Amino acid sequence: MIEVNSISFRYREDWALQDISFRVEKGEFVGVIGPNGSGKTTLLKILYRLLSPQKGEILFELAPIKRMERADIAKRIAVVAQETHLLFPFSVLETVLMGRSPYLGQLMFESEKDLEIAKKAMEWTNILPFSERPMDELSGGERKRVFIARALAQEPEVFLLDEPTANLDIHHQIDFLDLILTLNRERGLTIVMASHDMNIASEFCDRLILLRGGRIYKMGTPEEVITKENIESVYGCEVWIDQNPISGMPRISLLKKGGH
Amino acid sequence: MKIITLKKVLTISILLSLLLIFVILLSVTMGSVKVPPLRSIRILFQSILGLKGAGSETERTIILSLRLPRAILAGFVGAGLSVSGATFQALLRNPLADPYILGVSSGAAVGAIIAILLGLGTFSFGLPLASFLGALLTIMVVFYFGRQDGKIHPHTLLLAGVIIGSFLSALIMFFISVSQKEELHTIIFWLMGDFSFSNARAILIIFPYILLGVFFLYLRSRHLNLILSGEENAVQLGVDVERLKLVSYLSASLITAASVSVCGLIGFVGLIIPHSVRLIFGPDHRLLIPSSALLGASFLIASDTFARTLLAPVELPVGVITAAFGGPFFIYLLRTRKVVKTL
Repeated sequence: MIEVNSISFRYREDWALQDISFRVEKGEFVGVIGPNGSGKTTLLKILYRLLSPQKGEILFELAPIKRMERADIAKRIAVVAQETHLLFPFSVLETVLMGRSPYLGQLMFESEKDLEIAKKAMEWTNILPFSERPMDELSGGERKRVFIARALAQEPEVFLLDEPTANLDIHHQIDFLDLILTLNRERGLTIVMASHDMNIASEFCDRLILLRGGRIYKMGTPEEVITKENIESVYGCEVWIDQNPISGMPRISLLKKGGH
Repeated sequence: MKIITLKKVLTISILLSLLLIFVILLSVTMGSVKVPPLRSIRILFQSILGLKGAGSETERTIILSLRLPRAILAGFVGAGLSVSGATFQALLRNPLADPYILGVSSGAAVGAIIAILLGLGTFSFGLPLASFLGALLTIMVVFYFGRQDGKIHPHTLLLAGVIIGSFLSALIMFFISVSQKEELHTIIFWLMGDFSFSNARAILIIFPYILLGVFFLYLRSRHLNLILSGEENAVQLGVDVERLKLVSYLSASLITAASVSVCGLIGFVGLIIPHSVRLIFGPDHRLLIPSSALLGASFLIASDTFARTLLAPVELPVGVITAAFGGPFFIYLLRTRKVVKTL
């Protein structure tokens, strides 16, 4: 579905990403992990062409995204990013309806059909009961669900998630990730998620891409990527890795320096 | 479920247009020469129909050649400043942004002051034209410095505007300090915002810029909603952000330039009208832009009528009235924090 062919990107002098190549198949749940500044967010931004790489190209179903219209990209790829601060708060419904924007073109107003699609997205994410409330009165977890609903209203094939669980408590983390997993399993949505939380990545993703200093250090299943050697060499700190006793996936424990 | 529809926008626009017409009628009947309201209205409607029945020659001249053009001019400026303020607030994501934030007004002021000092102020087109040129030149310089590799960086643009604005303010102070007493009075009135310089023909200079500018911004209003939560957010929803920014910044700047050139620096309109409209109708630009235009027009016509009549026959600069309303209103916003939680 997405084919990344040896892309390199730099903001100014230094390369932020170098010679990155990978493919994401339809219906996959791919995690991008790596330390701060390793290029996770930059990579996601390149996938929906907020940034354009200086070298290499990205194909979306064999078509270069460089030549796609902005609105066409937004019809196929939805982004749930770290939150931006809301200046003049819109209501939940108004926010979800913004997801219909790429389909409206020059049209100024949403149709009944757009409203139906927005309602369905709100049902899915269980936010219909407070659709009239202003966004700034919601909790962090509720707001996250609104942004998923907005992304769903775009009727995309791919979800790009950037640190989706940052500043959510564990209850809301699980709620959010279960919702994403359901979308992935039941609706066949392709998911690419950048995350700091390697335990979450290990638990939920089919495949992981581990970045170090703008290059792919290791790519494969969680069992292949999350090993003591890989993590210690990329992050430069000691960790303990065993298996989650329920799921059997790799599990990371942090260790105090010199405490063992 | 409540969503914004064309019907809602049209209904509210029609209601606000009725208010605007009422304010215009009120404005033409008021002034140092008393013309009874009914007679003024008869004069207005008969002139629309091409008749010449009601009122004396003097009354007709006062209403049709003085008060009506001035009300229309104030209407255009009020609409322009309000829409431009609303746009800058969205683009810069700053609730305190106003039409003058990019220094366009200082450029207009320098142009106007030069015209006044050269004695061009007495020509009918001299003052507004010089001031419009000053504003255009400033827009060009600010955008030259505010753009990098073909992209507008809002913070760079804002800084360029503020710095060029301060430089031009220094020029303004210099001119003020070397000017004569009579010129000084004109300059000060211009800087406070005043419609008494303008005449009917000034409308012809500015209305294309204001009409087209407001129209272009209205066409982009749905996308302005999206950029309110950041440029990346707008890109994620399929907006060509660079084009949106270019068209919107330029339209808002041209509207400001045209408005300022005919009446000087009228403060607060571009701040209080958009915020009031958001308070009443919500933040959606599809409603915010037309409502701000219509309400801004009514507000400035009303303020100018006050300015003319409060101490008649002495005229106050209209900027005094808008600031007298605007100051307390802004304190109210700050206290209640109803509009913007970040203020």
